[in-house]
Amino acid sequence: MRKDRRAFLKVSAVAAGTLAAGAAPAADYRRVDNFLQTYGVLVDTVLCVGCRKCEQACQVANGPCDRDPELLLDRSVFDTPRRPDECAYTVVNRFADPDSPNRSYWIKSQCMHCNEPACVSACIVGALTKDHRGPVVYDTWECIGCRYCFLACPFDIPAYEYANPLDPQVRKCTFCHDRFSDRGFRPACVKVCPGGALTFGARGELIDLAFIRIKQSPDRYIDRIYGQHEVGGTSWMYLTGTDFANTSLPEVIDRPISDLTETIQHGVFKSFVPPIALYGLLGLIMHSLKDTKREAGKNHDKQV
Amino acid sequence: MISKFETVPIRTKFFTKGTSILAVMAGLGILGYVYRLFFGLEAATNLSNAYPWGIWKTINVVAGVALAAAGFTTAAVADIFHRERYHVLVRPAILTAMLGYTFAVIGLIADLGRYYNIWHPIIPSMWQGDSVLFEVGMCVMMYLCVLYIEFLPTIVEHYRDGVRLPGLLSCLNSLVESLLEVCERYLIRFISLFIIAGVVLSCLHQSSLGALMLVAPTKMHPIWNTPMSPVLFLFSAIAVGFPILIFELILISRTFHRPPPIPLLSNVARYVPVLLGVYLAVRIGDLTLREVWPNVMEGTFASFAFIFEIVVGVILPIILLSRDRLRQSASWLLVGSVLVILGVIVNRVNVFLVAYRPLYAVSPYFPSIIEITVTVGLISIMILIYRFFIVRLPVLPRASQLQSASSEEPKPLATQLKGE
Ligand code: SF4
Ligand code: SF4
Repeated sequence: MRKDRRAFLKVSAVAAGTLAAGAAPAADYRRVDNFLQTYGVLVDTVLCVGCRKCEQACQVANGPCDRDPELLLDRSVFDTPRRPDECAYTVVNRFADPDSPNRSYWIKSQCMHCNEPACVSACIVGALTKDHRGPVVYDTWECIGCRYCFLACPFDIPAYEYANPLDPQVRKCTFCHDRFSDRGFRPACVKVCPGGALTFGARGELIDLAFIRIKQSPDRYIDRIYGQHEVGGTSWMYLTGTDFANTSLPEVIDRPISDLTETIQHGVFKSFVPPIALYGLLGLIMHSLKDTKREAGKNHDKQV
Repeated sequence: MISKFETVPIRTKFFTKGTSILAVMAGLGILGYVYRLFFGLEAATNLSNAYPWGIWKTINVVAGVALAAAGFTTAAVADIFHRERYHVLVRPAILTAMLGYTFAVIGLIADLGRYYNIWHPIIPSMWQGDSVLFEVGMCVMMYLCVLYIEFLPTIVEHYRDGVRLPGLLSCLNSLVESLLEVCERYLIRFISLFIIAGVVLSCLHQSSLGALMLVAPTKMHPIWNTPMSPVLFLFSAIAVGFPILIFELILISRTFHRPPPIPLLSNVARYVPVLLGVYLAVRIGDLTLREVWPNVMEGTFASFAFIFEIVVGVILPIILLSRDRLRQSASWLLVGSVLVILGVIVNRVNVFLVAYRPLYAVSPYFPSIIEITVTVGLISIMILIYRFFIVRLPVLPRASQLQSASSEEPKPLATQLKGE
């Protein structure tokens, strides 16, 4: 996998280089403060007890589908892995600890509210936007329902209301952004979590907190924060006690997912120079070949 | 596209046994389409959160646009590079492209969840320059306009001697007539500007279609996960331009019992192995540079799909169409061009469906009956309209002219490429 990726980069570099010398990586200006001031949540999977209260709270606060909140605490669902969907913006899954088979981990998944979200870069109309405070927000009115954001999201988060013929929406965790400016705001799931597994705060402070926990009990945590660098950093970050490969956290790249496509786009359309140059070149060819060909064309017509 | 040849309607009966079968499939397709509009995507398709793009996008839109590339390749060769002998191909090529793109958009509407918002990308406040899809959408939309303009001369020519609309519509006769006159006076005079724009727009979006899946680098099978993808898409679209025309003209000659214009077709067919060869070379170079040959040999469905795509869709037609003897036979020309077309369709399906590996796929995607019905139905409608146009409008040259269009000895390819 790693080798694969290096070779990919190698070819990318060649391709991008030939495209347009000097087309800067697209999103540079957004990287200025490394997203330390934006809000995020630290998910400490070592402290998670798998009670599913966060799922229930999310359903009550945002739930788009009518589901009995009581059923949402049933732990038998852990037998089959689930993904967040149009009726559940967040789901908790159980994983066996490969080192001690009797122990389990639970991992809550939801939209990661990436720093440089692939879905936002991909959306054809800008229906998805990155709020400067952290959340990645969806605007139903603009969306055309192309579902390109689904392909782009490296965590496979967006879900669709396929059953709705007239007014289907893209559904994903909202970070409860509509209540963001409330006093003492915390997302519904964070507020309810009994084990202290979820912490809401500025992303930079969360990273510090995570490293403090790792330092305090190095035997319980692995020495990495998932989401610190993954896909250019995410608002939601994870601490685990086992290698990421044993969890549902997918193996991704450390650069923003949309780097390559944005470099290509901006290279081709840099002030529209390449298309206009091509237009001019073709026009020149068309014009200059015309005269030499007119004679030939006349002869040809005579023959026919 | 003022035709330098006299083009005439074929003038024959529209309905035959073949057309009735097509009409039935078209009808079923329309039913499926209406069903989707009323009952939604879940009822009509097998799309899911894991596989959000199905055959409507892959075959109707992406492959459809690739197969409609004949429009810009022929315009470039005949009108920009002034190879007059290929002028006879321009009108059928423009017609193909116009229908191909129109039906790509119709197929897209079925697939969009909020299809009534399809116009949103035009609105400047919603422009999204980071998005590959935005570029594809804008270019396709503009190119569609260009294609309609390029097709205008055919219509103007037909109705020059007076518009006679049937029944009540006849009161619009003079209005339509003056409209056509305006078109003739202003649009057609400047048609070269549109022709060049068409070629530029095509190069842009044909390659961008290849960039679409680059936004999912972590979810793609390594074989197709290449930054060269835009180049490969553009090259294969250029390579499939002539095969589509060969395919159409041979089928036309069979259905209307006209002799196939072998000299012309075998003449254009000579370019196909060259274009495919370039494509193949880039493809192999890319696989080698990225060191993914082990993935080609891994024996999974994806690797077989790749081998099929390359061997049947690229290598085989190169072998067939580079033989002089085979290029003189209508049947072999047909086989060769069908293989190229198949190769491009399989390639697009591979990139968008086979190579895509979502994180939480429960079962692989396979299109539903309704999805297939709609796809087949839209293609049938397209063929019916094509037939209607060539029967009623001056699209094709007289059979005799087609025959003699390229009767002079073809020069060796090298001198051809250098220019006569
Ligand atoms: S996790 Fe997916 S949906 Fe959420 S912000 Fe990142 S790319 Fe977008
Ligand atoms: S489905 Fe909507 S939000 Fe997603 S990319 Fe398309 S327009 Fe944007």
